[in-house]
Amino acid sequence: MNLWYTENHSKDARFSIKVERQWVSVQSEFQKIDVLESREFGRFLTLDGLMMLTEKDEFIYHDMIVHVAMAVLPRVQKVLVIGGGDGGTVRELVRYPNIEHIDLVEIDAMVVDVCREYLQQTACELDNPKVHLHIADGLRFVRGKEAEYDLIIVDSTDPFGPGEGLFTREFYGNCYKALKDDGSLVNQHESPYYRKYADSMRRAHRRIVDCFPICRVYQAHIPTYPSGHWLFGFASKQYDPLVHFDEAAQQRWNALNLHTRYYNTELHQGCFALPTYVKELLLEQEPDGRKGGCAQ
Amino acid sequence: MDAQAQARAPILEALQRYREMRVVPFDVPGHKQGRGNRELTEFLGQKCLSVDVNSMKPLDNLCHPVSVIREAEALAAQAFGAADCFFMVNGTTSAVQSMILSVCKRGDKIIMPRNVHRSAINALILSGAVPVYVNPGTNQKLGIPLGMALEDVRAAIEEHPDAKAVLVNNPTYYGVCSNLRGITQIAHEAGMAVLADEAHGTHFYFGNGLPVSAMAAGADLAAVSMHKTGGSLTQSSFLLSNGRITPGYIRQVINLTQTTSGSYLLLSSLDISRRNLALHGRGIFRKVSEMAAYAREEINRLSGYYAFSKELIDGDAVYDFDTTKLSVHTRDIGLAGIEVYDLLRDDYDIQIEFGDIGNILAIISVGDHNQAIERLVSALSEIRRRYAKDPQGMLDHEYINPVVVMPPQEAFYARKDAVPFRESAGEVCSEFVMCYPPGIPILAPGEWITRDILDYIAYAKEKGCFLTGTEDIYMEKINVVAKD
Repeated sequence: MNLWYTENHSKDARFSIKVERQWVSVQSEFQKIDVLESREFGRFLTLDGLMMLTEKDEFIYHDMIVHVAMAVLPRVQKVLVIGGGDGGTVRELVRYPNIEHIDLVEIDAMVVDVCREYLQQTACELDNPKVHLHIADGLRFVRGKEAEYDLIIVDSTDPFGPGEGLFTREFYGNCYKALKDDGSLVNQHESPYYRKYADSMRRAHRRIVDCFPICRVYQAHIPTYPSGHWLFGFASKQYDPLVHFDEAAQQRWNALNLHTRYYNTELHQGCFALPTYVKELLLEQEPDGRKGGCAQ
Repeated sequence: MDAQAQARAPILEALQRYREMRVVPFDVPGHKQGRGNRELTEFLGQKCLSVDVNSMKPLDNLCHPVSVIREAEALAAQAFGAADCFFMVNGTTSAVQSMILSVCKRGDKIIMPRNVHRSAINALILSGAVPVYVNPGTNQKLGIPLGMALEDVRAAIEEHPDAKAVLVNNPTYYGVCSNLRGITQIAHEAGMAVLADEAHGTHFYFGNGLPVSAMAAGADLAAVSMHKTGGSLTQSSFLLSNGRITPGYIRQVINLTQTTSGSYLLLSSLDISRRNLALHGRGIFRKVSEMAAYAREEINRLSGYYAFSKELIDGDAVYDFDTTKLSVHTRDIGLAGIEVYDLLRDDYDIQIEFGDIGNILAIISVGDHNQAIERLVSALSEIRRRYAKDPQGMLDHEYINPVVVMPPQEAFYARKDAVPFRESAGEVCSEFVMCYPPGIPILAPGEWITRDILDYIAYAKEKGCFLTGTEDIYMEKINVVAKD
């Protein structure tokens, strides 16, 4: 059998993985959900045909969306995760003893159900007592919150489907309101390379810069995402992920003794150093330069 | 309603047959099914251009329909509970004007609220009919004009027994309905026709728990904006009749001003939308009502905003309320509706229908989904957090009852002078001044210009309303009736 999964990374560029079998294919109220099995990447989850995660490389994404912020922020107790129904982000978060309460807000119950059944690798901590799962619209959930969270993580899909509302100014503004006075926000920031993703990246950046005084962007290499080059945003009311990542912070994090396969404290400093073309794309979105530039 | 008949779409079917025939066109339009205008075809699509065709025997003729258009109109009449239906391609403006021109000649009186759309007063300029205005009720808190009180209509009828017709907004832009059944009854007893401007009421024909439609209330004619909430293309509309006025005569009146090149894109959109509403309308508008109710509830939980609804009903000037309308009063957060309207677009990429001095209106329709509603509510929450201020000193009313000095036609065609706005107090206006949208005139031809009205105009301008209507496109001068 010659069965391949193909995702169009642009109109004229494709990415394919040889598929061994299909575990599940369902259509929810919001999107089509598939779990496939491959030799190269293990099991992988797609939504509306777009790659969300694979067993082989999901550690990169989940390390980077969680540990960068957790290493900077000294006193995180309450966290809100929006999206992330696969459970990978909360799996990393529950490793921190100081975190007491995690609200996980996923719009699509079927994503959670499918991951519980077929992707235990990421879903394994969904029943942790610290994790409070809410099946709800993220925009609506965050609207009702004020000065409640130390950290919000936006673990969304691309802004071309149900995730669209999570790339808007009203969303980031409401997140700002939901954060405490020293709160911070991390979001998956799309990719700078292909045009469609770069447009999303710029729009997201513009809106975050409008809402937060400190905004920085960092990068990771994720083999199965379009172009492989992926960005994350770190925005905060008080903390700068480099300035406040001093000797003491590094020691504090290393003392936790968390084994992470991608993240480490040296990489932390390096991942904020962006290629020139990416810096330029981002700086275009900071018209008055008052934020000091995400790319330093 | 005969569901099997309503499943048909005669104009659509005729266009499909026409397409299959692969006719060689030696008639207009000159783009010849798009081949002569490649850029336009690329932009709009080959399918669209291939049916942008002229009247011809297999496709009938809008000016004198005898086959497929006639069948489509009959199906629409049946679906809307009317005796006759006329497909309109010059907008609901033309439907409103045709209603008035069908019942009023030069010098005839017509009873109407002053908060009508400009198209109704335009019809008075065209026909020479004379308005008898009934002051609409106003809501003090919201500052908006309401419907007509039944007793006020009765008084106008008694005072002007020679009037030919009563025109009613069903509903107003904000969703307010008058007692249409009651008005129809007393008007008919006095031998007057009842005309309903249902530009914002298409869904009344397919709703449960929505206000009564004009045809169900027994009104004689109704202008129904299919394109507003019915799903058809912009500019397409229905004129409905209950059969009391000869359909042939109505057709003649329509043909006075309507194009002889009726667009088949518009006509087919009416046909297809009628079919959709007839077959699925009730379910669609139930969902729309639920979405609007949810949005209202969420918006009212953000303190400062007031999304109003049926609690306004007082059995009189607010006889009923259209709950699909999402009207929100914004003055209590210290922002004019027009300011919230601008912020929604500029900062949040959300386009709503209009903002005026104290309110905004969002249209919820068949095309909406819950996540879009969440965005609107969240953006309003943010606007309040970021921009709310003390509402002191804000103007608190949308509407000033005008004093009519001469009939609109006489004032419009009078000898006139152009004078600067601020020097025009005390003069008689000879043209329109309005914010668009909503397009309800602040001043119409033949009305006194007062200091109050000028202050209102200056305030609206300062807040960013888009003012239109005057001959001077810069809105610096206003035409007034010349003094002899």
